[in-house]
Amino acid sequence: MNNAHPNGISPARKKERTLDIVNRGLGKRYRAERRFRCYGLLAIVVSMVFLSLLFISIVGKGYSAFLQTFVKLDVFLDPEILDEQSLATADYQGLVKKSLRGMFPDVAGRRDKRMLYRMVSSGASFQLRDLVLTQPDVIGQTLPVWVPADDDVDMLIKGHFDRNVDEGQRRLKDKQLAWIDQLSSEDRIKKKFNTTFFTAGDSREPELAGIWGAVAGSFFTLVVTLVLSFPIGVAAAVYLEEFAPKNRWTDLIEVNINNLAAVPSIVFGLLGLAVFLNFFGLPRSAPIVGGLVLALMTLPVVIIASRSALKAVPPSIREAALGVGASQMQMVAHHVLPLALPGMLTGAIIGMARALGETAPLLMIGMVAFIVDIPTGFTDPATALPVQIYLWADSPERAFVERTSAAIMVLLVFLITMNAAAVILRKRFEKRW
Amino acid sequence: MSPTTLIIILLVLSTFGYYVGRRRALVVGCDSAGVKNLHSRPIYYGSLTALCCGIPAMLLFGFWLTFESTIMTNLVVSELPEALQNLPTAELNLQVNKIRNLVDGNIVAGVVEAEIQAAADHYRNLQATSNAALAVAAISVAILGLMIVRAKITPLLRARNRVEQIIRYMLIACSTIAIFTTIGIVLSVLFESIRFFNAVPIAEFLFGLEWSPQMAIRADQVGSSGAFGAVPVFVGTLLISAIAMCVAVPIGLMSAIYLSEYANKTFRAVAKPLIEILAGIPTVVYGFFAALTVAPFIRDSGDLLGLGVSSESALAAGAVMGIMIIPFVSSLSDDFINAVPQALRDGAYSLGATQSETIKNVILPAALPGIVGGVLLAVSRAIGETMIVVMAAGLAANLTLNPLETVTTVTVQIVTLLVGDQEFDSPKTLAAFALGLLLFVVTLLLNIIALKVVRKYREQYE
Repeated sequence: MNNAHPNGISPARKKERTLDIVNRGLGKRYRAERRFRCYGLLAIVVSMVFLSLLFISIVGKGYSAFLQTFVKLDVFLDPEILDEQSLATADYQGLVKKSLRGMFPDVAGRRDKRMLYRMVSSGASFQLRDLVLTQPDVIGQTLPVWVPADDDVDMLIKGHFDRNVDEGQRRLKDKQLAWIDQLSSEDRIKKKFNTTFFTAGDSREPELAGIWGAVAGSFFTLVVTLVLSFPIGVAAAVYLEEFAPKNRWTDLIEVNINNLAAVPSIVFGLLGLAVFLNFFGLPRSAPIVGGLVLALMTLPVVIIASRSALKAVPPSIREAALGVGASQMQMVAHHVLPLALPGMLTGAIIGMARALGETAPLLMIGMVAFIVDIPTGFTDPATALPVQIYLWADSPERAFVERTSAAIMVLLVFLITMNAAAVILRKRFEKRW
Repeated sequence: MSPTTLIIILLVLSTFGYYVGRRRALVVGCDSAGVKNLHSRPIYYGSLTALCCGIPAMLLFGFWLTFESTIMTNLVVSELPEALQNLPTAELNLQVNKIRNLVDGNIVAGVVEAEIQAAADHYRNLQATSNAALAVAAISVAILGLMIVRAKITPLLRARNRVEQIIRYMLIACSTIAIFTTIGIVLSVLFESIRFFNAVPIAEFLFGLEWSPQMAIRADQVGSSGAFGAVPVFVGTLLISAIAMCVAVPIGLMSAIYLSEYANKTFRAVAKPLIEILAGIPTVVYGFFAALTVAPFIRDSGDLLGLGVSSESALAAGAVMGIMIIPFVSSLSDDFINAVPQALRDGAYSLGATQSETIKNVILPAALPGIVGGVLLAVSRAIGETMIVVMAAGLAANLTLNPLETVTTVTVQIVTLLVGDQEFDSPKTLAAFALGLLLFVVTLLLNIIALKVVRKYREQYE
C-alpha cells in the first residue's frame, strides 16, 4: 500500500496531502461519472425513441387502411342488359354508370361524366356481377348497393388530401368535391371495414388491392423452407455434435457454417438465380424456389441453434444411456434428441421469422412480379409479404402508402407471434441441469 | 403420373416395406423360443427394408428431375429445323421459351409458327414418355430393393447396425450441405464474373471511375456509355456503411455499457429485449421508414438550414441502417463486456476508480478486441444490407463523399441490374454477378478476420 502512495509517507516534503488532491478532483470526477452514466442512458433512450418513432410512423400511416370508403348506389338491375344467357359478361359497368348519372342528373358533357364515373372504383362492376350471379332473382329490382369508392375519394374522406390547394394541383377537381359533399350530406358515403384488403390479391387499383395473395405466397415459401431446413439442420447438428470426429473435414464444415451465417442474403439470391433458375430450370417466381433459397439461408441459423441445444444436454444422460447398453444412435434418438428438441424448435421458429421478413433474395429469383391471382401451390407464380410491401412502397398512388403500412403491420404481427411462440417455448421447456 | 403422386406411391411402398420386413423377421426369428433368435429388434428389420425400398428410388427420382429438363430441351432443339438452330443463342433461347410456354399451356405472344408448334408437341410427347419411364423405373427400383432385403432377412442379419450405418451416412450428407452451398455460391458467382471479365477488363472494373451499366442497343443511342468502373459504387457503399457505423457504434456500445454495468436487473430485463426488437424488424420495413419518413425529414430540415439535400441522400439510408445495426453491436459488446472477469473490476474499484473510470480504463481496453471483432461483423452486415438502400438510396453512381448527396451501393446495383427480364450474355447482367463476387469476397474476409479476432479474445480469459 505504501508503495502505491510514495508521497503519502513524507508529508513534510509536500505541503499538500494527497487526500486533498484527491478530494479536490472528486467533484470533477463525479461529474464525469454522472455524465458517462447519462450518455449510456441516453443511448438506450435514443434507441427506444427510434423504435417508437418507427412504430408510430407505421401505425399512424397504416391504421386508416383497415377502413375503406364505400358509396351507396341505387342500381337498377335492368333485365334488358342482364340477359339470362350472358350473365357473366353483361355490361355491369354500364349499370354503375347509369345509376351514377341517375344520382347526378345535371352532369353533362363527356369530361364531366368521365370525372363522375371515376368516383367509384372499377371494382364496383365486379361486385354487381357477383351479386347477380349468386342471387339471380334480384334482376329487375332497384337495389341500394355499397360499392368501394375510388382511391382518390377514399383519401379525401380519410383526410389525406387537402381541399384548400389550388385546383390544378389536386387529384380531385372542384366539381368532384361538390359531388362528394352532396353524397355525404345524403349519407351515401360511409367508411366500413376493409375486407378486400385481407382477402384479395394484388391490384393496380389501391381500393381493390389486398395482401391475401402475398400471405399465401409467403406461407408456401415458408413451408418449403421449414420442411427442408429443419430436418437437414437438425441432422447436421446431430452429426457435428454427437458423431463427428475432430478432424480437418469437420473443421471445414464448421467454418463454412459460420461463414454462411454471415453471407449477405442477396448473395443467396444470386445463387438461386444462377443455380436453381438457370441451371436446373425451375420456374421463376415460384414459392418452391423461394423456399429453397431461404432454406439455404436459414440452415446455418437452425444448425447453430440446434447445436447449442444439444450442447445443453448434460453428458451424464448420454453416459447413462450408453451404460445400459444403448448404441450411440439409440442414445441420441431416444434420449438426447427429445431433450434438445424444444431448443431446436425455438431456433427453427426464429429462423423462420427471419426468413419471413427476408426480401432481397426473393427479388433475385423473380418473386417480385405483379401477380393478381392467389397462389394455390408450390409452383404457381407468387410474391411474398415483404416483397409486396416493397412493390407497394414503390407505387405512386397516395392510397398505397397506407396500404403498405398496413401490410407492414400485418407482417409485424406475424413476426411478433412467431417470436413470442419461440420465447414461450423456451420458457416452458428450458431446463437447468 | 405427376411427381407428387409418384412420391406418395413411393412413401406408401416404403411403409409397406416396413411391415413386410418386420413380419418376415418375426417369421424367420420365431422358431421355437419366440423372437429371441433375432440379432436386432424386429423394427430394425422393418426399417432396413423401408430404407432400402425408399432411398434408391428417391435418389433416382431426384436425379431424373434434375436433369430431365436440360436433356429434353437439348433433344427438342436438336430436332428443330436447321434455320432455327443456327439462330444466335439469345434468339434460340427465346424460341425455347416459347416452346416451353406452349407446353405449359400459357398464352404465347404473337403467331405460333408450325415448326415451333411441332417442337412443342414433340416436347410434350417426350415429357409424357419421360414421366412414364420415371414412374416405372422408380417403382421397380423400390420393389426390387424391397424384395432383395426381404430375401436377405435371416436371424443373423445385423439389421440394427445396417440401419444405423445408413442413418449415419444420411447425417453426414446433411452436414455437408453447408459446404455445397458455399461451393454453389462461389461457382455461380465466379462463372458469370469470368464471362463478365472477358468483356470488361478486370482493372477497368476495379479502378474505373465511371459507372453507367446501360448497354447501347443502337450505336447512336443517347446516354448509354456502358462504363463499368465500380469505384463510385464502392465509395457509395463505404459512405453509407460509414454513416451507419457512426450511428450504430456509439449508441450500441454505450447502451451495452449501461445495460451491463449500470442498469439494475429489472431495467435490463425490459430494455434488452426492446433493443433486440430492432434487430427483428424486417429490413424492408426499415427501407419504407427511411424512404417515407426519414429522407423527407432530412431533406426538409436541410432546406430550412439552406442546404440542398437530395431526397435520396446517403444520410437517410445510412442513419436508418445504423438504427438497424444498433442491437447487433450492442448485444455483441454486451457479451464481451460481461466476459471481462469481475476481478479486474474489483481491482480498479479498490484503487479508488469511479465506475466510469473503471469502464473507460479497464473494461473497455480489456474487451476491445472483442468489440472490434463485433464492429467488423457489423460492417460486413452493413455492406451486404440490401432493402434499406434499394428503397432509400439512389441509382445514380456519384463519386462523392458528401452525405447529403445521392450515392448508390453494390447491392442496389445488383438488384437494379437483375430484377426484370435479363439476357445472360450482356455485360450489364453479368456485371451484377461481378459485383456479387466482390460483395461475397469482402464480407467473407471481414467475417474471417472478425471471427479470428473474437476467438483469440475469447480464449484470453477462459
